[in-house]
Amino acid sequence: MIYALCFYLFATITVFSAIMVISSRNPVHSVLYLILAFFNSAGLFILLGAEFIAMILVIVYVGAVAVLFMFVVMMLDIDYSELRKGFQKYLPIGGLIGLILLAELLLVGFGWGLGGPVTTDPATAIPALNEMSNTEAIGSLLYTKYAFLFQMAGLILLVAMIGAIVLTHRARPGVKKQNINDQVKRRRGDAYDIVKVKPGQGLG
Amino acid sequence: MADLLVEFFQWGFGVTLVPWLAIILGIVVGILAIVLPLLLVVAMSVYMDRKVWAAMQMRRGPNVVGPWGLMQSFADGLKLFLKETIIPASANKFIFLLAPALTFILALVGWAVIPFDAGMVLADLNVGILYIFAISSLGVYGIILSGWASNSRYAFLGALRSSAQMVSYEVSMGFVLVTVLMCAGSLNLSEIVLAQKDTFLGVNGYWFTPLFPMMVIFFISALAETNRPPFDLPEAEAEIVAGYQVEYSSMAFALFFLGEYANIILMCAMTSILFLGGWLPPFDWEPLYLIPGWIWFFGKIFFMFFVFAWVKATVPRYRYDQLMRLGWKVFLPISLLWVVLTGLFLLLTDKIPA
Amino acid sequence: MTLLKHAARTFLLSEFVKAMWLTFRYMFRPKATINYPYEKGPLSPRFRGEHALRRYENGEERCIACKLCEAICPAQAIVIEAAVADDGSRRTTRYDIDMTKCIYCGFCEEACPVEAIVEGPNFEFATETREELFYNKEKLLKNGDMWEQEIATNLKLDAPYR
Repeated sequence: MIYALCFYLFATITVFSAIMVISSRNPVHSVLYLILAFFNSAGLFILLGAEFIAMILVIVYVGAVAVLFMFVVMMLDIDYSELRKGFQKYLPIGGLIGLILLAELLLVGFGWGLGGPVTTDPATAIPALNEMSNTEAIGSLLYTKYAFLFQMAGLILLVAMIGAIVLTHRARPGVKKQNINDQVKRRRGDAYDIVKVKPGQGLG
Repeated sequence: MADLLVEFFQWGFGVTLVPWLAIILGIVVGILAIVLPLLLVVAMSVYMDRKVWAAMQMRRGPNVVGPWGLMQSFADGLKLFLKETIIPASANKFIFLLAPALTFILALVGWAVIPFDAGMVLADLNVGILYIFAISSLGVYGIILSGWASNSRYAFLGALRSSAQMVSYEVSMGFVLVTVLMCAGSLNLSEIVLAQKDTFLGVNGYWFTPLFPMMVIFFISALAETNRPPFDLPEAEAEIVAGYQVEYSSMAFALFFLGEYANIILMCAMTSILFLGGWLPPFDWEPLYLIPGWIWFFGKIFFMFFVFAWVKATVPRYRYDQLMRLGWKVFLPISLLWVVLTGLFLLLTDKIPA
Repeated sequence: MTLLKHAARTFLLSEFVKAMWLTFRYMFRPKATINYPYEKGPLSPRFRGEHALRRYENGEERCIACKLCEAICPAQAIVIEAAVADDGSRRTTRYDIDMTKCIYCGFCEEACPVEAIVEGPNFEFATETREELFYNKEKLLKNGDMWEQEIATNLKLDAPYR
């Protein structure tokens, strides 16, 4: 009973906030609704007994990705009339993509209903909680059976990261920067000389 | 536990409860048993912070309200209660009020998984360490939202500074957590504490092992996470007056203040759990176990808080680019290296925990 | 060798540790400040604190409503209205000082020919509302009565230098 109640609560809020993400006027509100959606999907994961994924979702998406979204959106200076001008222009292609996605979703939904179940008992795919915590289960799968794919995913991310840095980094000449190594390496002798000046003769 | 509670209510009040109501009541009692002492500790820690800071500057600190000024925090709280909450005309009202509440709630919520003694924990999560990490990474929202909603330049600058700072230091903090949980072999905080029993030469805690540098990095990252000096750039008084707090007054400000200190104590608790052996006595010597675990735990939190105040009194504020350099160019490589070294060590000595 | 020494110094955070040790030692030093509300520092006889209107020893007001203080006040904090009293002398009917405007320069004291308006040694007159800081004649006279002894001593001590 409580389980079903929780599910419907989380699911409704997720769907509601997902709709609000695209319909709210203020982009910061959109990001806040997005965060709410992330949170509630984390709740759904916890209901499934996948607490590890739930926590990772909160840490990565809410704690880092959404912060950066927020960061950008907060600094945006949005001209709403300018935005509406583009609406007409992009309506066909946007609508087309939307339609395709909707069709795919429906296909998946129907296919799931029509085709036979993937496994007869989905619960057997996951070891019982008292047997093995799901962090352990994920780890033991990820680093044995899917080790290669896992490493590949890591490599792709690395390439993407390097690409992003190479594309956005520009070396500006003539910028004065603090070089901490130089500062630390500097010795008393490098900075000044002690000269004994005789009276009346100057430095000569 | 439910049966026990049902029996307790029958015995105490002569009422028979349905089990689920008993469970909910038990949780509420547990929450109150953590939150009420915590708020008291927060109030006293503000006082202690000011006293330690004052002593190191050869001042006296609060000395008027109550004996030795002990009641100073309560006087300040009362004053803030009686003040007017000012909402700027151009502020986003809902978010403006949501932000301090969020900061405060998140600072309290983290305490749900902290084990005060063997078995003395509200929610013994399997992924306790990740939970704490998630909660502390959410802490940035209170600041960023308050900065944006205030609609003020200083507040906004403070919010931008803090969001970048907290996200940066979380990265190295995450790697420090990885080294610890590799050694402990668990994400559960109680099990991490128990894994620290007699780590080396009869000393309880990871601080007496090669993980000590990680403890230093964790501690410094904790300073940055909680916006404490020398990393208090989001609220740097001299540069951006009080950063994200400029527009806040009365209880909204008090919530920020309490939340900040609750967070600091949470970080102290985390340092003691991860490195100082939590509720275990400092040495694995039988008579020391006679003292209840939670006393050891509070002693360790007290010590860590003293170090927080001590650092505040010692070092000047970092410049922003130096802060970023420290986070990304120093802490991240070192902690990453330590993850690799720890893994290698565990693998070669065949000490990987089951 | 020096490189090694410096590397060790950087990685062992020795400068930081030294600084921490320094502040730790300072914690046990005797305090440089006084225990203020219970213990007060010495005040010069010239100290310019809260204002007071003085009386002669027979209880007669010193102020003759010459308005010199009002004229010289750079912050224009003083307002005086004068009238002829029953005994034919010139007296103030109103003597207000706005303490929120006052800059405690002491010019009123200097200007006064009869040492009526003075700045006493009291500096602890914080109030909860602004209104309480708008002093009227009654309040100033009360201050004068309350602080007469200290004010008289201070004036006597300072007299040789005037």
